[in-house]
Parts: sequence; C-alpha cells; structure tokens
Amino acid sequence: MTGTAAATPQFETNGGTHSFPAGKALRLDSGATLSPLEIAYKTYGRLNATRSNAILVCHALTGDQHAASVHPVTGKPGWWDRVIGPGLPLDPERYFIICTNVIGGCMGSTGPASIDPSTGKPYGLTFPVITIADMVRAQAMLVEALGIETLFAVVGGSMGGMQVLQWAADYPEKLFSAVCIAAAARHSAQNIAFHEVGRQAIMADPDWRGGAYETAGVRPEKGLAVARMAAHITYLSETALQRKFGRELQRDGLSWGFDADFQVESYLRHQGASFVDRFDANSYLYITRALDYFDLAARHDGVLAGAFRKARDVRFCVLSFSSDWLYATAESRDVVRALNAAGCRASFAEIESDKGHDAFFLDEPQLDRTLRGFLGANAAARGLA
Amino acid sequence: MSGAVREDFREILRLVRPNARVLDVGCEEGELLELLGREKQIDGQGLEISPAGVAACLARGLAVVQGDGDRDLDHFPTRAFDYAILSKTLQQMREPRHVLSELLRIAEQAIVSVPNFGHWRMRVSLMTRGRMPETRVLPDPWWATANIHLCTLRDFTDLCRDLDLRIDACAALSGGKPARPINPDGPLENWRSETALFLLSRRADAVPQAAPLDLFGEVALPTPEGVKPTRRRKVSAPSS
Repeated sequence: MTGTAAATPQFETNGGTHSFPAGKALRLDSGATLSPLEIAYKTYGRLNATRSNAILVCHALTGDQHAASVHPVTGKPGWWDRVIGPGLPLDPERYFIICTNVIGGCMGSTGPASIDPSTGKPYGLTFPVITIADMVRAQAMLVEALGIETLFAVVGGSMGGMQVLQWAADYPEKLFSAVCIAAAARHSAQNIAFHEVGRQAIMADPDWRGGAYETAGVRPEKGLAVARMAAHITYLSETALQRKFGRELQRDGLSWGFDADFQVESYLRHQGASFVDRFDANSYLYITRALDYFDLAARHDGVLAGAFRKARDVRFCVLSFSSDWLYATAESRDVVRALNAAGCRASFAEIESDKGHDAFFLDEPQLDRTLRGFLGANAAARGLA
Repeated sequence: MSGAVREDFREILRLVRPNARVLDVGCEEGELLELLGREKQIDGQGLEISPAGVAACLARGLAVVQGDGDRDLDHFPTRAFDYAILSKTLQQMREPRHVLSELLRIAEQAIVSVPNFGHWRMRVSLMTRGRMPETRVLPDPWWATANIHLCTLRDFTDLCRDLDLRIDACAALSGGKPARPINPDGPLENWRSETALFLLSRRADAVPQAAPLDLFGEVALPTPEGVKPTRRRKVSAPSS
C-alpha cells in the first residue's frame, strides 16, 4: 500500500467506532465523567484462538487510528505503515494489531468537537480536561470490549510512548510487554513552553471564538497553522533542518519583504496549512494539555520507580533517538533507571539517528531490527506462532 | 554443550547456580547470557555500551540496557541479582574500585575476570624490550588500548581485601586451556596466570590481612596497627 494512495490494506480487519452503552461512562482524572463515550479504532490481522496475540499501538499528539490505513482526509498512507504490515516488525499475519484514536481527538473518538448531549451542540471548551491516564483508561475499556484480557504488547512513540508507560503503571496485569519509543515520563518546562506557544497562537486567532468556532461556522486555521509550525520545528533536529533546507531560497534573489524567501519558511507554511485540513484546534488544545499534565511519578511521591513497582512481570523495551531534543535520550534513561530500580525486566537502546524526534516515523533500520527482535523473542516466550 | 564455548564462559557456567538472576556488565552480543539461559535457565539482564551489541542482544531476545558500567550500576537496586558478571572489562572502567563495590551491592556474588599484568610474559616483555607489553591477552599498543587500569593478580587480591570482599573461588585461564583452580595468593600464580577469574562475595567478618611475599621480592604490605598478621586461609574452587 506504500506509495499508492487509495487502497485499503488487505490485512485491515476492522475499522469503525465503538459506542459504549450509557452505563459505561469514562471517569476522568479531573473528577468529571465522559458519557456517551465513543472510541474510533482500526484493527489489522486476526485475534488468535487463545486471544494472546493482541498489540495495542498508541499514536502521537496529532496521529490517529489510521496507523496502517489510508488517511480518509489526506489520502496518504498510514503514519506507521512502514512498521505495520506483512513481513514488517508488527506483522498482521502474526499479531492482532489495534490502534485507537485517543479521547479528546478529532478522528471519531469522543472529543471537544463531539456533540454534548446536554446542549445538542459541540462541546468546545465545555469538554472536560483530559489526561494521558484518561486516554489509557478509555483504551482499556475498548480492549476489554473486544474480549481481550491481556495484551501481548502495547507499543507507541512520543505521546504514544507516554501512554505505554501509563499502561504499565495502571494495568500491569493486562500487559505482557511494552515498547516505549522517543518519550518521557513527564513533560519538561521546555515541552510545556512550546505547547503554550501553540495554544496561545490558536486562542489569539479571532476565529477561535472562545472555542465555539464550530457553532459560528468558522475555524481558527491561522492560529492552528502557527501552532503546528512551531511544534514541527521541535520534531526535527538542527542537522536535519540544515541538511534539508540550509539557506536555500525559494526563487532567485531576496524579495526584500516578508514572503517566504527561504525554503524552510515555505516548508513550515506548508506544514501548517496542510495540518489544519485534518486536525481540530480544540483537540490540539486538549491533547497538548494532557501532555503537559503528564508526570508519571507525581502519584508516587515523585519517585518514578514507584509507578513500575507492580510491573515486574512486564517485559519493557525503551528506545530513544540520539538527535531527539524534544524527548531526549536522558529522559528515556530516567525511565530505564526507574524500571531497573523497580526490579523490572527492561531493555534500552539509543538509536543513532540525525533525524530528530520524528525519526520514529521514518526509515530507521535499527528501529525495525530492534522492534522485530524484541517482539519476536517475546512472541516465542508467549508461545505465539 | 558445543565445543566452541570460550573457556572463561565454561568456567562461569560452572560457577552459576541454575535459575539464578544474573547481570552481565559489558555483555557484548549476549553470548554468555544466552549460554547461561540455555544451560542454567537463568533470568538474565545485560548492560552493554555499544549499539551493535545492544541490537544483537535484543535480536536474541535478551533483556539488555545500553549503558556504561561506570555510570549506570548505581541505578540498580541492592541485591537485585544473585550474580553480577564483569568479564575482562574491569581494567577498562574509570573507577574499578567503585564498580567492584557496586557489583557486590547489586548482587550476592560477583564473577570478575582480570588480565594479570604480573604474568611472566608481561614482565619479560617489559624487562627485555623496555616497552609496554603487547601480548595475546593485551594486544593493543599503549596509545590505542582501552585498558586504563591494568593490575596484577596481587594488586587485585589486595583490592578485594581492601574492600572486604571474600574470594569464594579463583581460576586461572591461559590461552584456550581449561580453567585451572588456583589459590590467587600462591606465590607462583602471579607469574603464571594469564587471566584470573574470581567468584567474590561480601565478607561479613572482615579481618585486614598482610599480603604474602612475591617471588621477585615484592615486599609485604605493612600490617595495620593492632591487627595481628594472620595467614590467609586457603582458597579453592567449589566443586560444581
């Protein structure tokens, strides 16, 4: 399916939205409850007879459930289609792979653009503030609804990696293994600062309308685009940006004005403009907030190892990229040290790459080899064919 | 067991109890951990600095952490393992003394092997050539070697004494020959053991001891005040 923008992969086995019955409300960390709850998801491959081959893939901030499926809005291949597929590290012929859209998202799961049953209008800013733990609780409800007691693995990068760590803290008994890629156990001041720039850009857009833009029939596209532009810089390494663009100009000579003279400017504008087609501004506010609130150690008196005390039977693999400055290797090392301190079985590798944080989406053979090796060995340990 | 097993691995395999929890510091490509897993059903964890080594371990299904023995041992909890293995890399550590103490904090017992700079080849080479020895055990020139803290057998047993470590077993390894159980304080061993492999544990009742004389006239250490020099008890390898 890579390269061709139309076909649904043959190994896609389900796709849709699970609506929980009215009695099944999602209780949130904030104290609020979310009901009705809908979770949009995709599955690849088939659940085996013993229901022991399920892998949950968790997406990043602006990702969605279309991990290996053509994106319905952009028509582009799935965001992890180079990892999920026959013969690839997450092989649907061997595993039953589930990817859900996080709550607060905008691709079908309940989020700020969903209709608030009490008003009949989109939630907007009346949507409750959510956390990474809330996202994971919702995923656990879906996994249970699919009849799966234990996941063979939970895998994710960036915000997905944070969900993986949260899974290990909250549902260790439901996990056989966990793969956390390019993530951290908490958001740093710098992480929060970049997100705040993005949120302020959205809220400064007059079309944001206090979050009620949908009712007003407008969209804060300019603000959301600027938020994406700022964030996009944090996903790339300085080396990658320099290599890709340097000081190259769009056309001969300078404009002596404020057009996009430099190719890097044009690239960022394009990133911003295309992002607004597929993402909702309020979702961006809510999900970045969830990330900023993330601090796994907080509930354990600030001791990260405390979060993993019950996860001693989970097999962990933590991976970082050498040029990632958004969630740097040091952050992953802190996670590994906490896992060691808690007596967990942990593997850790720093993958050499100059592509920055986004390396986990890109062609990194060492990432593939590591995933394949780790999952393959654990599949053998779990007795998967 | 295949005949291709390294002699030091064979000796380690002999020392390790079945089903033990084992940390291999500097596990390279995980050969030893895999062997111990297969033969002794151990629960293993590796620590390895090279990305290629880490990748190879992961592909073998081993638990491995990319890290550095000098820095990353501090984060393991006390007594998390039955054995901590440090095979031939102690002399490459920035702080071998600290590393050795850490190994015996993390694990009940440590298995440590060290190339013996007191081996006759070293001494003869240094004496006749007047240059840093380059031998089959330490083949690199001085400016390229990773071995920054070389020691003799005598130096190592002194350090163990200093750290209150008990030598539970010791074997000499030379070339590809089978391991030979030795008394590391035996006067000849500092001459003839190319590499020595130790099984160490923390001593509960520590008594400082004087070092015996070396054949080539190395003097015994002064006895600490107030402690009568006692003969070191004979150390032998446990039967497997």
